[in-house]
This record gives sequence, structure tokens and C-alpha cells, in this order.
Amino acid sequence: MNKMKKIISASLIGASLFALSACGEKKETINVYNFGDYINFDVLEQFTEETGIEVNYDTYANNEDIYVKLKQGGSSYDVVFISDYTIERAINEDLIVPLDWNNIPNRDKIDPSFQDLVFDPENAYSAPYMWGTFGILYNKTMVNEPVTSWDILWDEKYKDEILMLNSQRDTIGVSLLRLGYSMNTRDIGELEEARDELIKQKPIVYAYLGDDIKDALIAEEAALGLVWSGDAMYMIDENPNLDYAIPQEGTNIWFDSMVIPKSVSNKTGAEKFINFMLRPDIAIQNVDYIGYSTPITEAVEMLPEEIRNSPIAYPSDEVLENTEIFRDPSDVLSVYDRIWTEITSSN
Amino acid sequence: MVKKSFRNIYTVLIFLFLYAPIIILIIYSFNESKSRGAFTGFTLKWYQDLFSNREVLKALSNTMIIAVVTTIVATTLGTLAAIGIHFSRKGPFKQMALNLNYLPILNPDVVIAVSLIALYRFMGLDFGLSTVLLSHITFCTPYVVLAVLPKLKQMNVHLAEAAMDLGAKPMYALRKVIIPEIMPGIVTGALLAFTLSVDDFAISFFTTGHGVQNLSILIFSMARRGINPVINALSTFMLIGFFILLLVINRIGRKEEEEIY
Repeated sequence: MNKMKKIISASLIGASLFALSACGEKKETINVYNFGDYINFDVLEQFTEETGIEVNYDTYANNEDIYVKLKQGGSSYDVVFISDYTIERAINEDLIVPLDWNNIPNRDKIDPSFQDLVFDPENAYSAPYMWGTFGILYNKTMVNEPVTSWDILWDEKYKDEILMLNSQRDTIGVSLLRLGYSMNTRDIGELEEARDELIKQKPIVYAYLGDDIKDALIAEEAALGLVWSGDAMYMIDENPNLDYAIPQEGTNIWFDSMVIPKSVSNKTGAEKFINFMLRPDIAIQNVDYIGYSTPITEAVEMLPEEIRNSPIAYPSDEVLENTEIFRDPSDVLSVYDRIWTEITSSN
Repeated sequence: MVKKSFRNIYTVLIFLFLYAPIIILIIYSFNESKSRGAFTGFTLKWYQDLFSNREVLKALSNTMIIAVVTTIVATTLGTLAAIGIHFSRKGPFKQMALNLNYLPILNPDVVIAVSLIALYRFMGLDFGLSTVLLSHITFCTPYVVLAVLPKLKQMNVHLAEAAMDLGAKPMYALRKVIIPEIMPGIVTGALLAFTLSVDDFAISFFTTGHGVQNLSILIFSMARRGINPVINALSTFMLIGFFILLLVINRIGRKEEEEIY
């Protein structure tokens, strides 16, 4: 009899617990996928407070990883942050869906010059999040001449003081620009010429580094290095001896934007999120934490003067005209891979 | 005498070489600036940040949950498999079982990851915690088998028979005779499974779904922007935790030895 009582009470407790847990109704959620360390988390909490939508936030390291994940399917994401050339690839391969801009009224907050970009005409698929340029970071105490051209990285005078970036497109792009070619050339002859120049440069290069290039330059282990504009702002903050220059041959301008993948399960939530991120007061919080440049005009106006007027973070239109956005290399990708292997394996 | 001091110096050097990166890691967890370029000042802010950093704490709890569940399941499966392989008659089955066991060990992580993705898509599974757990159990179990088999070989082959002769049921013989004999192997296997699970990146990255990321994925995703020193603070805690764990395990091991003698 006692045993029966125990069984009955246990099952009653179990049933009531089950009922209670089902009572806490499924909260609306969206799944967001972004680069690592690329958002101000307060922003996510604010979003949940204002809309009641929970955010499942995941991070990844580079565009190639996210491309594989989008292609393989399997996990559904509602908003994904990816870079320009990957967006182009995703549009061509039908991995993302167009945004319904009627649900995203904050579209007008985006700077008009960033509203119709070559990798996504009329921003049908993407909403820009952060942008920047690519250039030479140099130590003013170790480099006594003005830095105006990519040639300086090939200058024998700076032997073992030069750091190159361990990033295929950026480094090959630098060599192409120096030779006067486009960063997006498909001409194999031009690509091989760029490769030869980089191999010729190898003996005077101190090292090919990844993200540790920032620490090395701050610690003054080298005089010249390739960095992105956002990182340059942070590095100059850490070490005032540093400065950033965009050579006259031109450079790369890059965009990281928000897109909605095909596997989306909560499209309205996703569009609310994108709209939220385009708000100036939210954009400014992200800029504050990340330190890169924002495409939201009103947010730029809210920034302190030395950042707003900085030619590094917000270069003049003149400079911006001389920049190129990366295009999807698709058919010549194997050529890029081959010459990159040849560059990195040469001594 | 010279030889002894030379030996000691050499040992110290080896340990320095092994631990130097970890020591630097711990020192830089107190660094004022986010950069690893220079040590600018002493601060505890990264430790404070750690406890309010939702993302890192979630990744940590995911890693631990996955590791513990994987260890329990993989150790159980692996031990039973090892016993099965050991007691099976010498022949094609035994050889094939051993060879199949080696496959996940020899295969590169990425190959295992891609094949698991194909399998899960074929089965129509939703990627998430369950798929990650399945993947981890899959690649951890062979290591447990490898750890337990040698202990079984060392065991007196007639021990189980003798126990059953004396009236023990097979399950009793297993629990009270065989398992205690091979316990060191099981513990080694469990520790191996735990370490591999915590450490894994490639398989976890490809077979996980939204909302589930472990520490390895989180840390790797910081590759583009630089590692946040909050990770240094977390690593320091984990090191202390594992150090204490190892001390405890050693203590227990030594106590058992003392009891025998």
C-alpha cells in the first residue's frame, strides 16, 4: 500500500512539473550568426527587452566557414552577418533571400553612398553593418618618409621590418594594386605577375601574420604592416607612435552586412532585428565597442569629433573613390588558391 | 653529482618549455590593455567581465555538459566493447572489430566531421545539441576501448571463470571482479574521452546547430578580431580546476595503493 502511494505521488509530481514547464510558453526566438567579438552584447539584451524576442547568438571565424554552413543546410539561422564577396556568392548560389524593406523602415538611416553597392545592387539582399578600408600601418618613429604608395613595402631599406597579412585576397590584392591592376582581375597573367612580385618581396618580409599582426605592431616589433582601418584606430589608441595611410594606388573597401539565409524560420523576427541594428542609437553602441566604421549617418554624427573627422575611420570621398570592393572570384578561385600556395611556400 | 644536477636542469628546462605559453597566458589575463603587445598595467577587469559575459559562460557550460555526458556514455560503451572484444574467440570478427575501432582514431577530424554531416542529413536530423553529443561519443569511444584493452590483457584470464565457478552470476562477476581489475584502464579512458571532447573543434563546428557552441568554436571565432582577454581569465580558472581535479585523482589512487599494502 505504501509503495503504491509513493508511485502515485511521484507520478503526480512528475505530471505537474511537466505541465508547469509546458506552461512557460515557447518564447519567440531568432538565431543570429556573426563574426567573433563583433557586437556589443548590451544591444542584444535591449532588443529582447523591447521586442520580447530571444536571441540565440553564435559566432564563427571567417567567411569560408559560414559559406560551408549555409551551403550544407542542417541548422537554421535567421540573420547572418557576412562580407561583401561572400554575399555576392550567396546571391548567385541562391543561399539567401531578399529583404522585405517595407518591414525595415530604418533603411533611410543608411548613408546614401552605401545604399547601392556593386555586390548587391540596390541592397536587395543585405543591410550594411560595418565598413572600412585596408591600408598600411606604420610606426612614425621608424619610418621617416611619407607613406604614399604600396611600393614602400618592397623597399629594401625596411628589410625585416615589414609585416604582411596572412590573408589570401588582401595580400594578393596589394600586389595587384601596386602593379596598377584591379584587385578583382580575372587575368591569369596579371595574377601571376602579382605572385612573382610577392615572392620577390619575401626576403625582406619579417613575417606573414594573422590577427597577431596588431600586437606585433603595437609592440613595435616591425615598422610597417597591413591592417584594416578599424584595427588601425584601436592600435593608434594603444600606441600613439603609429599611423595609418591609404596609398595613392587605391585600396580595398569592405563591408560586413546582415543577410537572411534561405533556411530562415522566423523572417519577421529577423527583419525586426535588422531594423533594430540600423537604428542610430544602437549602431553607436556597436561602434563604441567594436571601433570600426558605421554606415549609419546619424550614428557618425553622434561620435566624438576626433573619430568623426578621422581620415582613418571616415576618409574623404576623394579617397573612397579610389577604392574597390572585393568581388566573388568564383571561376578563378582555384588560380588564387594555387598562387597563394606558391607564395606562402616559397622562401 | 654533476650528472644529477644536469638531469635536474634538463627536467626543469623541459617543463619550462612546456609551461611557458601557459604562464604567459595567465600573466596576460591581468593585462590592462586588450592587446598582447605589451603589459601595460595590472587589472582584474577581465575576471569581472568573465562573470557577466553571457556568451563565454554559455559556451563553457555547453562544453562541460557535452564533455561529461560524452565521458559517461563513451566510457560505458567503450568498456563493454573492450570486454566483448577481449573475450571473443580469435578470428575474423575480433580482427575486424579491432580494425573498425581504429578508423575514427586514424581519420582526420575534418573527414569524420564531413561524413557525420552526410549521415545526419540522410537521417533528417536537426543539427543541435543531440548531433554534437552523438558526434563526440562516436569519436571518443574508440579511445576508451584502446585504453581498457591492455588492462584486460594483463588481467588473469581465469579470474571471471573462477568467480562464476564459486557461484557468482555473470553480472556479479562483471561488477565485482572484472571491473575493479581494469579500473585504472577505465579511468584513463574516461580522462581521455573528457579531454578529447573539451578539446575538439572541427567535428563540433560542423555538426553543431544554432545556439550550441563550445569553447573551441568560440575561441576560434575570435581569430579575426583577436582573442579577448576574458578567454585568458577563463583559461586560468580552468587550469586551476583541472589541477585540483588531478590532485584529487592522484590522492585517491595513492590511497588505494596504500590500502592494498
